[in-house]
Amino acid sequence: MSNKTTSKNINMISPSRRRTMGIIFIAIAILIWVLFSRTLEPGLDTSYRMVPGGSDQIFPDWVFSTIPMLNSLAGISLLLGGYQLARGFKKRTNLVLGLVGGMFIFAFLTWAAADGSLNLAGLLRTTLIKSVPITLGALSGILCERSGVVNIAIEGMMLTGSFVAALVGSLTNIWIGLFAAILTGGLMAALLAVLSIKYKTNQIIAGTVINIFATGLTSFLSAKFLQKYQELNNPGRFPTIDIPILSDIPLLGPLLFDHNIFVYALYVFIIVITISLYYTRWGLRTRSVGEHPKAADTLGINVFRTRYVSVILGGFMAGFGGAYFTLGSVGRFDEVMTAGRGFIGLAAMIFGNWNPFGSFSAGLLFGFFDALASKMSILKVPIPGEIMSMFPYVATMVILAGVVGRGQMPAADGTPYEKE
Amino acid sequence: MSEKEQKQKTRKKDGGKIFLEEISKSSLTITILAIVAGLILGGLLVAITTEEVYQAFDISFWEGIKTAFGAAWSTYRALFYGSVGDPGKIIEAIRGGDANDIRWAFNPFFDSLVVSTPYIFAGLAVALGFRVGLFNIGAEGQLFIGATTTVVAAIYLKGLPAIIHVPISLIAGFIGGGLWGFIPGWLKAKTGGHEVINTIMMNYVAFRLCEYLLRGPLKNPDGFNPVSADIQDSAKLLRLFESPIRFHIGFFIALFAAFLVYLLLFKTTWGYTLRTVGANPRAAKYAGMNITRSTVIAMVLSGGLAGLAGANEVLGVNHNLALAFSSGYGFDAIALALLGKNNPLGVVLSAIMFGFLRNGAIQMQLSAGVPIDIISILQAFILTFIAAPAIIRTIFRLKEPDIDIDAVTLSGWGGN
Repeated sequence: MSNKTTSKNINMISPSRRRTMGIIFIAIAILIWVLFSRTLEPGLDTSYRMVPGGSDQIFPDWVFSTIPMLNSLAGISLLLGGYQLARGFKKRTNLVLGLVGGMFIFAFLTWAAADGSLNLAGLLRTTLIKSVPITLGALSGILCERSGVVNIAIEGMMLTGSFVAALVGSLTNIWIGLFAAILTGGLMAALLAVLSIKYKTNQIIAGTVINIFATGLTSFLSAKFLQKYQELNNPGRFPTIDIPILSDIPLLGPLLFDHNIFVYALYVFIIVITISLYYTRWGLRTRSVGEHPKAADTLGINVFRTRYVSVILGGFMAGFGGAYFTLGSVGRFDEVMTAGRGFIGLAAMIFGNWNPFGSFSAGLLFGFFDALASKMSILKVPIPGEIMSMFPYVATMVILAGVVGRGQMPAADGTPYEKE
Repeated sequence: MSEKEQKQKTRKKDGGKIFLEEISKSSLTITILAIVAGLILGGLLVAITTEEVYQAFDISFWEGIKTAFGAAWSTYRALFYGSVGDPGKIIEAIRGGDANDIRWAFNPFFDSLVVSTPYIFAGLAVALGFRVGLFNIGAEGQLFIGATTTVVAAIYLKGLPAIIHVPISLIAGFIGGGLWGFIPGWLKAKTGGHEVINTIMMNYVAFRLCEYLLRGPLKNPDGFNPVSADIQDSAKLLRLFESPIRFHIGFFIALFAAFLVYLLLFKTTWGYTLRTVGANPRAAKYAGMNITRSTVIAMVLSGGLAGLAGANEVLGVNHNLALAFSSGYGFDAIALALLGKNNPLGVVLSAIMFGFLRNGAIQMQLSAGVPIDIISILQAFILTFIAAPAIIRTIFRLKEPDIDIDAVTLSGWGGN
C-alpha cells in the first residue's frame, strides 16, 4: 500500500525517535487523566446517540459511565507508551501514534459530553462529508506533485470549477455542469502547466497568479451575471443515493453508503489513484519524473509530457472537487465559496505524505475538526469554535517541522526540468 | 514614458538603433508592456461581458465594435475619475474658489494615496522576503495580527500624549506582525519546513484568532457586530486636511519605511548578507554567512512591515478593527512586489499604481457597473506577463536579455 522508500525509512527508526514517541504516548495518558478524568465529579454518564441521520435504521444510544472510561483510555495509552519505551513498535509506531491520538480525541469528546449526550454518529457522518472537498483537493495536489510540479493553485482551480458547475448546471443539466467543472479545472491546470513547464516560471508564483485570477474572475462574473439573473445560479444538487446492500449494514451503512455521488467517487478515486501510482507503469513513470527527472529522461521517459498529463489530471480532480461545493453541497455559487478548502487540501496532502490513503486520513481528521468546531457551542466546553478550527493548520505546521517524523516529498517537487 | 524616449531617439538614426535594442532588453520595458497588455486584456474582458455589446452586434458589426470600445472606454474613464478625479470638476472647483468644493474635487486623488499606503508597507514586506529567497504568502495574516496588537495598544494605553502613543501603537503593530513572521522564519531555519506552506497556515490561524478576539475579548461592548471599540484620539495618525479628505501622515511613514528598507538592503553589510543568502545560499554559507539568522531576521522584518500595514489602517483610516478591514492587501502585495522587481522604489511606484487602481475601481463599480473584482483580474494578467516575460517577449517581439538579474530565486519544497 505504501511507498517503498517510506517504509524503509520507518523501519530504520532512530532510538531517539522511539524514546520521544514513548514519552508522547505517556504524556497523552497523563493529559487524559489530569485534564479530563480529574476534573469531573464521580458518577457521571456519557451518552452517545447513534443517529447518522437520513436513514430509518434505529440504533440504541451508547451510554457508559464517564470516569472509568477515561481512566481506561489513559491506562491503555500508558501501557502503549511503556511498551514503546521498552521495546518499540518499530514500523507500526505511526499507526500507534494515530491510535493514541484518536483515543485522546475520544477522551475529549467523552469528557465534553459528560452528563449529557452527543450525536456521535451524526458527528462522524458530518466528518466524512466535510472531508470530501479537502481530500479531493489533496488528490489533485498528489497527482501534480508526484510528477514534480508544485500545485498551490488547488484553491483557484476548485473555485473556478464550482463557478462553472453552477453556471453550466443551471443552463443545461447537472451532469453537464459537473463535466464542465472538470474540464475547467483541467483548463486552469493547463495554464499552470504551460507557465511552469514551458515557460519555467516559478511554480509557486504561477500558482499564486492562478489563485488571484480565479478569485477575480469568478467574483467578477458572479457579480455581473449570477446576482442579476438568479436562474443562472440554480443548478440543483445531486441526490443522495443509498447503495442497495451496503447501506443496510448496521451503523456503518448509513454512515458510509448513504451519500451523493461525490462521496462514492472519492472512494473510487482514492483506490484508483493508489493503484495507478504504485502498481502501474504510468505510476512508476510519473513518480520517477517527480523524483529524478534526469534519470527518467535518460531512460526514455518524456518528462514534459508526463508532467503535462499529471498536472492536467490534477486539474480535472480539482475541478471535480470544486463542483462538490455547488452541485454536491449548497446548490448555488457564492463568491469565494471554497473558503480556503483548497489550501487545507494542500495541507492534507502534506499531512498524508503525498499518498492517497494518507491524505484521506488527514482529510478525515481535518473534517472532524471542522465538524466539531460547529458543534462546540452545543457542548459545554470553554473552547471557542474558532480556536478549534485552527487545529488543521497548526497540525500541518507541526508535521512539516518534522516533530513526528518528516514527510517524504517528491525530490524534484517544484524544480522546472531543463532538457540538455 | 519610454515610448516618448523611443520616439526622440529614433530620430537620431545612428544611436537610435542601439538605444532601441537596449530598451527592448530592459526589464522596465517588460514591466510597462506587461501593464499595457494587462489593461488591454482587461478592456477586452469588460467588452465581452457587457450585454449591450451583444445587442449592438445584432444591429451591425461596426455598431458592435463601437459599443465594445465604448464599454471599455467608459470603464477606464470611470477608473480614472475615481482614482485621480474628474478634471472638469477640479477646474470648476478651483474657479469657484470654495474650499469645500476644492477638497471634494481632490478627494479621489488623496484617497488613492490613502489606499496606496498599506500597499507600500505590505509590498515592502513581500519584496524583502523575496530578496532573501523567501516567499512570504503570509503578509495578510501578519497584517491582521499587526492590526490586532496595534488596536490593543491604541485602546488600552490611556493618557499618553500623541507623540508617544502613535509610535508605541505602530511599534506594537510591527511586533505583532514580526512575531507572525518569526514563527515560519524560525521553522524554516531550524526544521526546513517550507515557508510557503507555513505562512499559508499562519494566515488561517491569524484569521481564526482575530475572529475569536473580535467576537470575544476585543469586541466593542456597546456594539452588535464583531468590531473593536474605537481607539484613543491620541493614537490616531494626523490627518493633513479637513474632512472629507482622509489623507494622513501614514503615507509619509510608508515612504520613509521604503527608504529604510532601501538603506538596509543596499547600503549595509547586513543587507548584503541578506541579499547574498537570497541569491545563492550555498555561496553565502561558504562565505561564512549565517543563513539561519538571516532567514529569521528577514521573516521578522517582513512580518513587521506587513504588521505596519495593518497598524496604518487601524490608526490612520478605520480607527477600529473590524473583520473585513483588509481587502486582501497582503495577497495583492505579492503581485506588486513582483511588479516592482522587489526594489523599494519599484514597490512604492507599483503600490501607488495599485492604490489608484483599487480606489478607482470602487468608483467604477458605482458609475460604470463593472464589479471591483476586475482589478484582481488585471493583476493576474499583469503578473502572468511579469512572471513569464517570455510571453511578453513573444508578443512584442523583444530581444532576449543577456542575463536576467531580476529573476526571483526561490527554493522548491525540499528547501535546497
